[in-house]
Amino acid sequence: MSALIEADRLTRILPETVPVTLVKDVSLSIDPGEFVAITGPSGSGKSSLLYLLGLLDLPTSGRLSVDGRDCGDMDEAARARLRLDKMGFVFQFHFLLPEFSARDNIAIPMRKLGRLSRGEINDRAEALLASLGLEDHVHKKPFQLSGGQRQRVAVARSLANDPALLLADEPTGSLDSKSSEQVFSILQALVREQGKTVLVVTHDMEMAGRMDRRIHLVDGMLADAEATD
Amino acid sequence: MRLILDIALTHIVGRGRQTFVAVIGVAVGVGFSIAMAALMQGGQDDFVEQLIDTMPHVQITDERRTSKRQPAEDRFAAAQISGLRPPDDRRGIINPTAAMAWLDAWLPGHYSASLRTQGVVRYVGREAGASIVGVDPETERAVSPIVGDFVAGSFTALGAGGNNIVMGDRMADKLGARLGDTVSAVSSTGLSRAFRIVGLFHTGTTARDEGEAYILLKNAQILSERANAINDIRVKLDDPFSSPPIARRIEAELGYKAVAWQEASEGIMEAFVVRNVIMYTVVAAIMLVAGFGIFNIVSTITHEKARDIAIMKSLGFSQNDMQRMFVIEGLAIGGAGSALGWALGFALTTALASVRFELDAGGQEITNLPIAWSALHYAIASVFALGSAAVAGYLPARRAARLNPVDIIRGAS
Repeated sequence: MSALIEADRLTRILPETVPVTLVKDVSLSIDPGEFVAITGPSGSGKSSLLYLLGLLDLPTSGRLSVDGRDCGDMDEAARARLRLDKMGFVFQFHFLLPEFSARDNIAIPMRKLGRLSRGEINDRAEALLASLGLEDHVHKKPFQLSGGQRQRVAVARSLANDPALLLADEPTGSLDSKSSEQVFSILQALVREQGKTVLVVTHDMEMAGRMDRRIHLVDGMLADAEATD
Repeated sequence: MRLILDIALTHIVGRGRQTFVAVIGVAVGVGFSIAMAALMQGGQDDFVEQLIDTMPHVQITDERRTSKRQPAEDRFAAAQISGLRPPDDRRGIINPTAAMAWLDAWLPGHYSASLRTQGVVRYVGREAGASIVGVDPETERAVSPIVGDFVAGSFTALGAGGNNIVMGDRMADKLGARLGDTVSAVSSTGLSRAFRIVGLFHTGTTARDEGEAYILLKNAQILSERANAINDIRVKLDDPFSSPPIARRIEAELGYKAVAWQEASEGIMEAFVVRNVIMYTVVAAIMLVAGFGIFNIVSTITHEKARDIAIMKSLGFSQNDMQRMFVIEGLAIGGAGSALGWALGFALTTALASVRFELDAGGQEITNLPIAWSALHYAIASVFALGSAAVAGYLPARRAARLNPVDIIRGAS
């Protein structure tokens, strides 16, 4: 099976007065259907690595390929297109667009991709909300939802275009333990039942221990990578 | 595109009060620009219309723009003659019959030949200097608006038999003469003839009303002792704006100076150009100010929506998408302002058109402000408004599009 993500000596240095190295010489490979935790102490470069793998940030050096495509030669529009088509993001905060309802927030990536009709988009958005237990909150705006509900809507939005890869940056970081467990279960089900590839940045070692693999960073460098099952 | 439009509209609707102020700013700019353009264009059109009505479209006189080549210049290559004085007594247009036959063959309009001479009109011991114009009443009525300016008698009475004269009412007042009185006209050569006043006109132009008199062409030729002479051909064209090329053609063929009305009024036309430049500069300045309002709101939105920009980029929106979104926001405000400005402009123009005032120029006349109703004014004002809105939206949009989503997501986290 070919890897979904392949990184070779990825390095990201912020060009400040005193250059700051966020990620250094990280090489890794993520296969389809893997459930991977990225762990490490604060400031170790976990989120920076996730943003590089998600094409939100550009490496200072190193090579990266996603779904067999070399990302080094892609322009900004091509990277955006690849994100739209193949990736879904979940952040620590929900980052829903406040003016739009839960359904419309989920519809945005689908409308942007343009593969479905308006009716199909609405049906799929409502189905995604229902699958996450939010069928009664379709028309609610983010401010009318609880923190856990918002984060579930954010997860639903990340799944809108049925991406192969889900990237989650501390998705449970701002939730209580019950909501955290709900969100984790959803992510786990995506891997187990739908074969998605899920990368999760987390501080929660207990949660990381329940995933397939853990990538541990210290000072921007890979400390170890271990399988947990 | 529809999605970007939806998000853009959601943004500006979400900032209702600020959007309203920006839209009103554009609307006021567009509205007043339209009203100002309508008034200025109306004044200009009215003035040009009066020029076209009162002036001959092309006037051919027995002058030449350059002195005739002298035989010596044709004979000897080294001959150069300068400082030639034109003859004091111009002979008139040579071979007028051939000239008029040539005009008859192609001229798209009418013309009237006349003999204009300077003289004095006397009546019971009083006298007034006059430009005495000998005309054919039939052809003259086709080229001169004076026929409609009569306050007593008529222009056609000139040809009713006998020696008749029509003159300006102010000249008659100066002489103390009335309709039916007999005056004597004395030419510059000293020849005198008696004429009966058969008409008095009032053009509103003092110089003409005080100093112009018309007699039959034949009588003018006798009075000035220039048999069969004419020195002036005035042309009215079917299309007044085709005058310049026609004047050039006439001058090239006949050799006499042929002046189009545009050339005769060159100074005024130049003044109009300057006035229009000033007007459109003011319109641009108004729109620039309105543009600041749009810049302000789009800039505020991009600042406030930095997090949304980051998240949309993570969802797969490109820099171009983001830029387009905020330019659309600027254009939407500009477009709404334009539409409202059209209504305001129409209302202001209607109000200006309904203003009535009295003018006392020899007789009491109630008139309106001259207004030009032109779709072009609306289009120009909107082009300025939308252009200004596009620039005002583009500048913050470009900045927003270049935002690094990672910086914002980190900041928000």
